[in-house]
Amino acid sequence: MAKKRYIQAINDALMEEMARDPKIILFGEDVEISMFGDTQGLRARFGADRIRNTPICEATLTGMAVGAAASGYRVVLHMMFSNFIYTGFDAIANQMAKLRLMTGGQMRFPITVLAGYGGGRSSAAQHSDTPYPALMNLGGVNVVVPASPADAKGLLKTVLRADNPTFFLEAGGRGAETAEVPDDDYTIPLGKAAVLREGRDVTIVAIGTMVKHGVAAAAELAGKGIDAELIDVRSLVPFDEDTVLASVRKTGRLVVADEARDRCSAASHICAVVADKGFGSLKAAPKRVTVPNVAMPYAPNAEKNVLPNATKIAEAAAALVNAKAGS
Amino acid sequence: MNSTNLDPTKDTLVPLLRRMLLIRRVEERLSADFHAGKLPGGVHLYIGQEAVAAGVCAHLRDSDTITSTHRGHGHFLAKGGSPRAMMAEIWGKQEGICRGMGGSMHVADVSKGILGANGIVAAGLAIATGSAFAAKLDKGDRVAVCFFGDGASNQGTFMECLNVSTLWQLPTIFVCENNNFSEFSPTATVTAGAIIDRARAFKIPCTAVDGNDVLAVWRAAGAAVEHARKGGGPSFIEAHTYRLHGHLEAEKSFLKSPYREDREIEEWRQRDPLRRFKDYLTGERICDGGEIDALEAEIAEIVEDAARFAEAGEPADPNLVFDIMFHEQRA
Repeated sequence: MAKKRYIQAINDALMEEMARDPKIILFGEDVEISMFGDTQGLRARFGADRIRNTPICEATLTGMAVGAAASGYRVVLHMMFSNFIYTGFDAIANQMAKLRLMTGGQMRFPITVLAGYGGGRSSAAQHSDTPYPALMNLGGVNVVVPASPADAKGLLKTVLRADNPTFFLEAGGRGAETAEVPDDDYTIPLGKAAVLREGRDVTIVAIGTMVKHGVAAAAELAGKGIDAELIDVRSLVPFDEDTVLASVRKTGRLVVADEARDRCSAASHICAVVADKGFGSLKAAPKRVTVPNVAMPYAPNAEKNVLPNATKIAEAAAALVNAKAGS
Repeated sequence: MNSTNLDPTKDTLVPLLRRMLLIRRVEERLSADFHAGKLPGGVHLYIGQEAVAAGVCAHLRDSDTITSTHRGHGHFLAKGGSPRAMMAEIWGKQEGICRGMGGSMHVADVSKGILGANGIVAAGLAIATGSAFAAKLDKGDRVAVCFFGDGASNQGTFMECLNVSTLWQLPTIFVCENNNFSEFSPTATVTAGAIIDRARAFKIPCTAVDGNDVLAVWRAAGAAVEHARKGGGPSFIEAHTYRLHGHLEAEKSFLKSPYREDREIEEWRQRDPLRRFKDYLTGERICDGGEIDALEAEIAEIVEDAARFAEAGEPADPNLVFDIMFHEQRA
């Protein structure tokens, strides 16, 4: 074990997997300079064929990823800020997600799309979106949302070895956060949530950027005598329903913390799953802690106002625990 | 027919006629089957444009890739796709090339380098550019051809793909089939300037050809493919042609008013690429009428066999969609 920065863990996974598999190529805007640091040093190590800066043309880059993958390569496409996924959305929604079916299974798409998402840095509305609800709804791409350096590395290695198009969404602005990362060559399977804290009173499901707020909320609740169970989903597609349902069976209460806008968020999907399959064990209606259905404002105070945080999560959880049954 | 320094032999010419005939007769059958209510979905027919697919694909190998459009049957057949498997696909049958999951607009055969017809106008441009990038990384002499229409030239990805292909010297061959219509809109009403001038801005080889003259297409494509195979980078061909059938076969059922004159269609019928090529072959005494009749009979048999195969096929497996989509991960 060694302490590593989140972004370093991602960089390590790319380095190790590209060294292992010569068919992996990576391209995107400014991947040589690497604004986030995740692709730093790759060009020097793997050369200009495998690591390539591209023009700014997302609609073409996503299509090229499809074409290169259909022609035998394992493509990593770096889309920088997650909002730029929208610019390249046709080939994502209409090609990447659909061609495997439309060709009767003739084609597979080992494509990994990297992008940083989320707000909190006064990046304003076009550089701080949380786009995974739209991706989750496509029905043909995986969505991975690692919250810790160790998970980031283990999940990315799994994704880079798999044959399905996968969005690996990096928690924006969290690159410098450090935590222990195992030294050995390990992978983490998709669709397995992590229970970060066991508890009896309420289940908090946290997604990506919300995990650290969930950790703080659980500590805050413990101070008030509320024993929260905290789950990090780690991947949204595929999604680990079993772990969440088992927890709700134990606690009877559910709060989902999600940085997406509320309408059709990941949180609303998770609440729907629990309502469908865990209704009998619920003691209160599930709560979503999400972003209101607005664009992200720029000013720090205005942005803070709409973003979920530990206090909002703890308040929602405490309200559920303190609510009288049936109210 | 134009004369140039590239002189094809009879061994080249007859296969060109064969491909054009196959496309024409298969699509005539599809038109009849559609209007008889036998096909589950719509079809966008290539009738009148056969010289382009045939002239270009004659230079390609299985390892070369193509991307196509919603009007993709001709490219599929010209690149060596199976008429049986294509017709069965259009009928929605298990025996279809995509096992009934794609249909007319998505016929693909990866083993033949056919990366698919595509229902999104211009989508094939970037897929072909990505495939050309893969070809470049492979360091072989494979090429990638994207067939697209005049309508696609108005999508921003046209410029983007020309830019990347030129910048990286990729073996991408851009074949614009200007058939005079973007769906129902005459090209002149939606397109400023000449499409070829957009490509000329990149200083790559650009050629305008009569797309109803299969030899002209064949010559232009031969030069472009050779250029790409030698590492010379991308080329652009604009083939002027005409869509003799509608945007889709169903259009008469919903169009309230015509969008083109019968007279115009009739004028282009006089320039039918198939008739012109037959006249050329007989006029130049390369083939006699008997040879062409024999070829027609052979193609008719292939079409009849493919149509019967499609009609007799098993309905698609409705559970296949779940097997294909991430069968290894169910949640």
